[in-house]
Amino acid sequence: MGKLCDVSIRGVEISFGAVRVLEKLDLDVAQSEFIVLLGPSGCGKSTLLNAVAGLIDVQAGQIWIGGKNVTWEEPKDRGIAMVFQSYALYPRMTVRGNMSFGLKVAGMPKPEIERRVNAAAATLQITELLDRRPAELSGGQRQRVAIGRALVRDAGVYLFDEPLSNLDAQLRAELRVEIKRLHQRLAATMIYVTHDQIEALTLADRIAVMKDRVIQQLGTPNEVYRRPANRFVASFVGSPAMNFLPGAFAVKEGAPCFLTEGIAIPLSGYAFEAPPQDGAPVELGIRPEHVEAGGEVPAKIEMVEPMGSDQLAWLRVGGHPLSMRLPAEACTVAGEAMQLRLPADKLNLFDAATGRRL
Amino acid sequence: MPLVRHRTASRLAAGLALSPALLVLVVVYLGCTAWTVWISLTSSRMLPNSTFVGLRQYASLMGNERWQVSVANLAVFGSLFLIASLALGFLLAVAIDQRVRAENTLRSIFLYPYSMSFIVTGLVWQWLLNPSFGIEKMVRDLGFPSFHFDWIVRQDMVIYTLVFAAVWHAAGLVMAIMLAGLRGIDEDIWKAARIDGLPPWRVYLSIVIPMLGASFATAAVLLATSVVRLYDLSVAMTNGGPGVASEVPAKFVMDHLFERGNLGLATAAATSMLITVAAVVAPWLVWQNRRARRAQV
Repeated sequence: MGKLCDVSIRGVEISFGAVRVLEKLDLDVAQSEFIVLLGPSGCGKSTLLNAVAGLIDVQAGQIWIGGKNVTWEEPKDRGIAMVFQSYALYPRMTVRGNMSFGLKVAGMPKPEIERRVNAAAATLQITELLDRRPAELSGGQRQRVAIGRALVRDAGVYLFDEPLSNLDAQLRAELRVEIKRLHQRLAATMIYVTHDQIEALTLADRIAVMKDRVIQQLGTPNEVYRRPANRFVASFVGSPAMNFLPGAFAVKEGAPCFLTEGIAIPLSGYAFEAPPQDGAPVELGIRPEHVEAGGEVPAKIEMVEPMGSDQLAWLRVGGHPLSMRLPAEACTVAGEAMQLRLPADKLNLFDAATGRRL
Repeated sequence: MPLVRHRTASRLAAGLALSPALLVLVVVYLGCTAWTVWISLTSSRMLPNSTFVGLRQYASLMGNERWQVSVANLAVFGSLFLIASLALGFLLAVAIDQRVRAENTLRSIFLYPYSMSFIVTGLVWQWLLNPSFGIEKMVRDLGFPSFHFDWIVRQDMVIYTLVFAAVWHAAGLVMAIMLAGLRGIDEDIWKAARIDGLPPWRVYLSIVIPMLGASFATAAVLLATSVVRLYDLSVAMTNGGPGVASEVPAKFVMDHLFERGNLGLATAAATSMLITVAAVVAPWLVWQNRRARRAQV
């Protein structure tokens, strides 16, 4: 087992020429923590990972791994291992060659290399593939080999750069479980970059949601899902996506409520972070599974999407579309009118101008 | 039924469109090749005749000292030229691939010699290497009066000057092919190699060069064709001299065909070249074919 390492990113700034790709960024990753950098393409998440790996130079700030400042160390001296989206296997070498080459060049004695390769291959169930070449493997097998090549390095920190993005949905789910199992088994620190919010929610101890070169929110999957820090995080995390209704904040008879097109939705019970002023334009966010039937909000069913385990009904509230998750056996007919309840403790209120959570 | 008729018609049209090319192929290439082989078995001198003499022309060819020199020259030239061009072209491509500035300019400069014919290349190098006004003269004028560089007039060295000129001519092409290959390599492989702690030379040697197998094969085939064809460079640079020291087989054929009026010997030489090339190419084609079929399965 590699030694346990924490990772500390302190005020790191990165530019490519005149283009700033990371704004002064701080992030502390604890020992054995699984942290996911989640964001749309171009948000700087892969750049950050490459900087931790030492593949990109930073313009300012420091990177500490295992209590050591490694900002200017070569990648091989940082005690890290990395898995890439494109697998990046050496095509003319066998699986065994791919896994052992780095160790061989580093001058490790043969029996030790043998032991590590065999152990990693057993862990990943690729022992029978050891003498094949990458071209003879499927995508899922190739990614296993790439993970194996990272494993034999016996590193304290594992970096994953969108490792599952080139795989089809079923394999992706399979390898996701495998990676999670690996994390539990190795108890190593892992930093994992993805644009897939499901991977983030299922794998992470903590998620760092990134956009526009900065971390928008850092929190447990639960926090990020239930209390998104801003409208972007709310819309990016969760599938089917959160509903947003534009409107205004009002105080009626001493009780806060949300107004949209003559419909008032009570907000008493909502945990305000920064209560807005009376009449301030706000946006209301609610996840489809939190919309309940049988309330005081009038709505009309426009369309129903059956999804197997449940169904998604598309409604219209005032002029705005709203989706609602219904049990699979619920009888719903397009065109039908119904009454909805939007429970205040499940709502999210965002400032219409800044998008910040209120 | 109309579909079938349509298909027949389109097949006929395709056949008609291809027939001129097919005619040229059969008459010019195969026909002339067959005629050449036939003439090599006759006693033809200035004009072709049909007196069959078996392999007598081949026997006299093998005993011909100029032919022996030509074949030896081709072997030396071919191997040195192939190795040097591939190595130099690859190194140039690697150098340019280091994200140098003015990459386009450098690429054009290196590729430029290839746009010239071997005749021009030969003349340029003849001047450069001429001891009385080329490099030797220049260095002597710079204050090194004992400097010697007279390979082009030395019988034992002249073949290497042909290699210089040909490598200068072809290295740019190899560079272009190799550069395309290098650019096709996934950048993540470089990253993975850095994480693995591999020094760059090791990555090139153990990972990149094996990946460029197809590029090397393409370049080698292109270079090999110009080795077999080698004629104009020898004519322009040295005219086969001094003596017969820089003669090559193609020049032997041309000289005996048109200047010495010895059709039988010339065609025997040409046929020998054909057989040699076929002996190299045929196994390669079979191997390629088998590999393609295996890839399909």
